[in-house]
Amino acid sequence: MSIDSTVKGNWFSRIAHPGQFASWTRPVVLPMAIVTALLFAIAFWMAFFVSPAASENVGTTLRILYIHVPNAWLSQFVYAVMAASALGTLVWRHPMADVSMKAAAPLGATFTALALFTGSLWGRPTWGTYWEWDGRMTSTLVLLFIYLGIVALWRAFDDQLRAARIVAIFTLVGALNIPIVKFSVDWWSSLHQPTSVLRPDGPRMPANILTPLLVMTLAFTTLFLLLHLVRMRTEIRRRRLYTLERNRAAALEQRA
Amino acid sequence: MIDLGPHAIFIVWAYLGVAVVVAAAIAHTILDRMRVEKRLSILEAQGLRRRSDRPTSRPEGPAA
Repeated sequence: MSIDSTVKGNWFSRIAHPGQFASWTRPVVLPMAIVTALLFAIAFWMAFFVSPAASENVGTTLRILYIHVPNAWLSQFVYAVMAASALGTLVWRHPMADVSMKAAAPLGATFTALALFTGSLWGRPTWGTYWEWDGRMTSTLVLLFIYLGIVALWRAFDDQLRAARIVAIFTLVGALNIPIVKFSVDWWSSLHQPTSVLRPDGPRMPANILTPLLVMTLAFTTLFLLLHLVRMRTEIRRRRLYTLERNRAAALEQRA
Repeated sequence: MIDLGPHAIFIVWAYLGVAVVVAAAIAHTILDRMRVEKRLSILEAQGLRRRSDRPTSRPEGPAA
């Protein structure tokens, strides 16, 4: 009986093996980049030429909706990806789960910062203020700090395997903030309007506003998936680089 | 020119801010990749390999 070193197991184990992952994702990057660019082109065309110039509740600032909502959605979606990856790290100790967590954190921080920035600019003409300490805005600011804390934690450790376990625990604890962000507008009185897209009785906005919003959200989500994929591929190579640098340092030490 | 209404300045700043930050995130992703690849190619050109990359010298045969 011989030992077979090829990657076996279910399909997930095969595609998630670092070497296999780097191999199957290589031809995916360029088509994904083209699809993302096309989606953005369509979304911007719809936002400026299909959408009405104003709506009843937000007036002529309607067009900020098309970039604020996708970034707000991604601020939570990216965290969900990180929380799922954190489970992968703690339960299955899968190396690609570590890589996914690390690659997603700076992107999550970026989209959360953009959600706050666009929300603030939207707040001034609609509510008369750039900032209000209401539940949604405060919990989103806390989310940004959690993302920044996670990025800092990754950088604080030389041993990335040890960092992954600590970051995974921190990520899962921080996930408690996500339902607060999501339901804050229902739990507390807020300047924000209640949920108007993902509702049990269907979206509460006309099709000529909803369609550009959904296309823009899809474009931003595809952009995140693309950047996440490329950053994961880079992280796999970076770990190879660190191994080689350690080997070189050990060889130099032996010679000395 | 599209008429953005009386609050055009807020719309322009919002779109401009998002465009700049997204462009920076894309640029950082690409530059980081290039930097890692460059450092890796230098080390690999020096003949450095991971242990798992080296061919095993153990002869094939029935496992014990």
